[in-house]
Amino acid sequence: MNDLTPTPQERTAKLKGLGTSRKRVEDARFTQGKGNYVDDIKMPGMLHGDFVRSPYAHARVKSINADAARALPGVIAVLTAADLAPLNLHWMPTLAGDRQMVLADGKVLFQGQEVAFVVATDRYVCADAIELVEVDYEELPVVTDPFKALEPGAPVLREDLAGQTSGAHGARRHHNHIFLWETGDEAATNQAIEAAEVVAEEMIYYHRVHPCPLETCGCVASMDKVNGKLTVFGTFQAPHVVRTVASLLSGIEEHNIRVVSPDIGGGFGNKVGVYPGYVCSIVASIVTGKPVKWIEDRMDNLMATAFARDYWMKGRISATKDGKITGLHCHVTADHGAFDACADPTKFPAGFFHICTGSYDIPVAYVGVDGVYTNKAPGGVAYRCSFRVTEAAYFIERMIEVLAIELGMDAAELRAKNFIRKDRFPYTSALGWEYDSGDYHTAWDKALAAVDYAGLRREQAERVAAFKRGETRKLLGIGLTHFTEIVGAGPVKNCDILGMGMFDSCEIRIHPTGSAIARLGTISQGQGHATTFAQILATEIGLPADSITIEEGDTDTAPYGLGTYGSRSTPVAGAATAMAGRKIRAKAQMIAAWLLEVHDGDLEWDIDRFVVKGAPERFKTMKDIAYAAYHNAIPGIEPGLEAVSYYDPPNMTYPFGAYVCVMEIDVDTGTHEVRQFYALDDCGTRINPMIIEGQVHGGLTEALAIAMGQEIAYDEIGNCKNSTLMDFFLPTAVETPHYTTDYTETPSPHHPIGAKGVGESPNVGGVPAFSNAVHDAFRAFGLRQAHMPHDHWRIWKIANQLGLHG
Amino acid sequence: MGKTMHIALTVNGEAHELLAEPRELLIYVLRERLNLTGPHAGCETSHCGACTVEMNGKSVKSCTVFAAQANGATITTIEGLGSPDSLSVLQQSFREHHGLQCGYCTPGMITRAHRLLQENPDPTEEEVRFGISGNLCRCTGYQNIVKAILAAAATINGAKEAAE
Repeated sequence: MNDLTPTPQERTAKLKGLGTSRKRVEDARFTQGKGNYVDDIKMPGMLHGDFVRSPYAHARVKSINADAARALPGVIAVLTAADLAPLNLHWMPTLAGDRQMVLADGKVLFQGQEVAFVVATDRYVCADAIELVEVDYEELPVVTDPFKALEPGAPVLREDLAGQTSGAHGARRHHNHIFLWETGDEAATNQAIEAAEVVAEEMIYYHRVHPCPLETCGCVASMDKVNGKLTVFGTFQAPHVVRTVASLLSGIEEHNIRVVSPDIGGGFGNKVGVYPGYVCSIVASIVTGKPVKWIEDRMDNLMATAFARDYWMKGRISATKDGKITGLHCHVTADHGAFDACADPTKFPAGFFHICTGSYDIPVAYVGVDGVYTNKAPGGVAYRCSFRVTEAAYFIERMIEVLAIELGMDAAELRAKNFIRKDRFPYTSALGWEYDSGDYHTAWDKALAAVDYAGLRREQAERVAAFKRGETRKLLGIGLTHFTEIVGAGPVKNCDILGMGMFDSCEIRIHPTGSAIARLGTISQGQGHATTFAQILATEIGLPADSITIEEGDTDTAPYGLGTYGSRSTPVAGAATAMAGRKIRAKAQMIAAWLLEVHDGDLEWDIDRFVVKGAPERFKTMKDIAYAAYHNAIPGIEPGLEAVSYYDPPNMTYPFGAYVCVMEIDVDTGTHEVRQFYALDDCGTRINPMIIEGQVHGGLTEALAIAMGQEIAYDEIGNCKNSTLMDFFLPTAVETPHYTTDYTETPSPHHPIGAKGVGESPNVGGVPAFSNAVHDAFRAFGLRQAHMPHDHWRIWKIANQLGLHG
Repeated sequence: MGKTMHIALTVNGEAHELLAEPRELLIYVLRERLNLTGPHAGCETSHCGACTVEMNGKSVKSCTVFAAQANGATITTIEGLGSPDSLSVLQQSFREHHGLQCGYCTPGMITRAHRLLQENPDPTEEEVRFGISGNLCRCTGYQNIVKAILAAAATINGAKEAAE
């Protein structure tokens, strides 16, 4: 040892492992415009495909005449359902066990539905040809309201299901009914509520929205008829699932299909589903023998792929008169649109909505969800949330506020009174979930102290008094949320998608000179996996993160995994990464023992090396060991240093957080200003604080959009009213407030490194925080519930209906 | 296919001539003919700004500029703002301050920020927020983008002062 020997701190720092705000390795290419997104892909002879779409929400397709389109120079083919039917590809299975038309088969069921697929030499010819396709429609009565859809005389939407009294999720009681999914003890819940001293009842609507990533969906399909190989590049959040589904549908053996997710320009759940564009591109490539590119435009994206939410949640919550919650009952009318294409684990047609008891110790609860068909786009994706968790969090966080009003109690106090106590974890909820860890009171107290909650309430009371005296026209709202998420699906025993178990994977190869490549079954869409997974590994195997390449998204090279959504990358693939790293370390220990001529058990791991116990000067670094693994003939040990781990998590993880939004509302214009937003997140062990903070900023901004203006609305004849960015609210830098982030750290006891996942927390917690702020501003004037989005006009209307405009 | 016209334009200092339909959008001329895939199409209605480039000294949304309108223009795209060996201050600052996530808006955002700092070398936070309000980002919530642009302005101004 001398002065030049690095200290343990220096050796740790050099790794840039867990807990460091390592700068992102992805940024070099993105900041120089050198990303590789699907629309950047060009192949020799590549054709373009695009859809003729239905202008009607419900109509019979009497005829399609594509002669003029086919005659246009540059048009190669026009595909209709009649062309796909012989291949049995005119319909496709959905992720929810229903089926969906790939191209209109006799009728259309929503505006924007795919009717014909035009293939041409370039996108301009495609657009011209689409105009030349003549479709003769006969309009049918339209239903866009899920309650009306269930009335006895409602139009029959899904004629293909005529006579089917049960579907993938049990009995259907009406021609537009999909399923009733129930959990909990309804009789006991009703009994608790009927016997209660105080009951609050409310209908909470979480409106239809859309993930709207900046890059729309698309793909390039290329059938190489010489080699019999199909390659599909596309915006896939789950490339391995796409390969398996493509193989099952097409009959092409899985080894002959290569699915590649290149760089993805944001996903947020939009890119989990399988869309007609993918199927048609593949068919068109098989038919023409040429690569075919399909890229949605923004209207296609907002009208046809992947809406989210649209849950009408009728709640009843009961309590003792001093505020101890005794029961929760919830019935949801879920508008699934024309086809049930929700992206949920198969056994959970309402996703994990039954996390709706939230952060509270509620002794008895019941949830029933009725899925309904309407003339709206299919989807029901988890928009930056883990399968209906955001609906659940919004529901309970609104019900808590309504109960606080009923009780005449402070909403922060009511929450604290009912939190699951730290000593109750692992905690089994009334609806059957086992919460892994939590310390809600600590987080809550920290949040309330950080914003000076008592001071804010005093200011609010003064403001109300000043308003009543006519001295101000602005009200102050304090929006509170304490959310608990359930992410990281999931244990294979109860989480699968179409029978594919939701494990994930990591495969590591250490190179002889002490660098490495690791491949995973997930795919980043902006989360920075290439940065963070290398950090997990750096800490596990003692090689610098800068010497570790992370690769994802190519099914020919990456191990099988279920992809990235539902905040599952860190909880599942992150765990696989740590476990694979530990396998590497176990072999490395044997190699080090041989090199040092000691017994395995005489060594201990020290940051980046194995050291002989009691003799710190005798060690072998991971770099030394890597070389020896390949080039020393070690008796009884195979050459090489590689490992694979497929990780099936024993449980999901339960991140949580405490958010406070302070909002100024102008009663006369309905405009709002977020004066302060404080977000405390507990995602267990923190891998990269810089990236966590970035995820929180982004998720909160999506929550702001949803709560304060974003919606996919339909008029009575099924016209989509928000199909461009003119009508669909995405906040700019001007509307977006400044956020303050904070954290507590309660590791998951079952995750190898204790991490829980964070990408979706800010959306899940943010929406109720913004919405509760609006409600809270008007609480003193009698407001109980006003549906989102809280755009200026709707806020003005609240004030008007409360008589505040004089 | 309609009639084509002869178009000459200078992109990132290089002169190009091509035949294009007048209706062809500048974004596709850049991306598909000149292989400059930095600018992206996000909406084709000039709302999102992913396609932002500089044309004759102004930020434009190249998804709503016809090829015909770009005839004779001088254009700078993200590819012209720095090179792998010498990243621009803004490019470095976006990385340093985590001003990007999925990267799809980033080329347009940096190109816009570049022009903004030409127009207003020492902007306030409010001026930066207003100045980039034609560019949407779905990932970052803008906070770190704003931080990156303000830090870049400080670096550039500091270097200028040091040189003087």
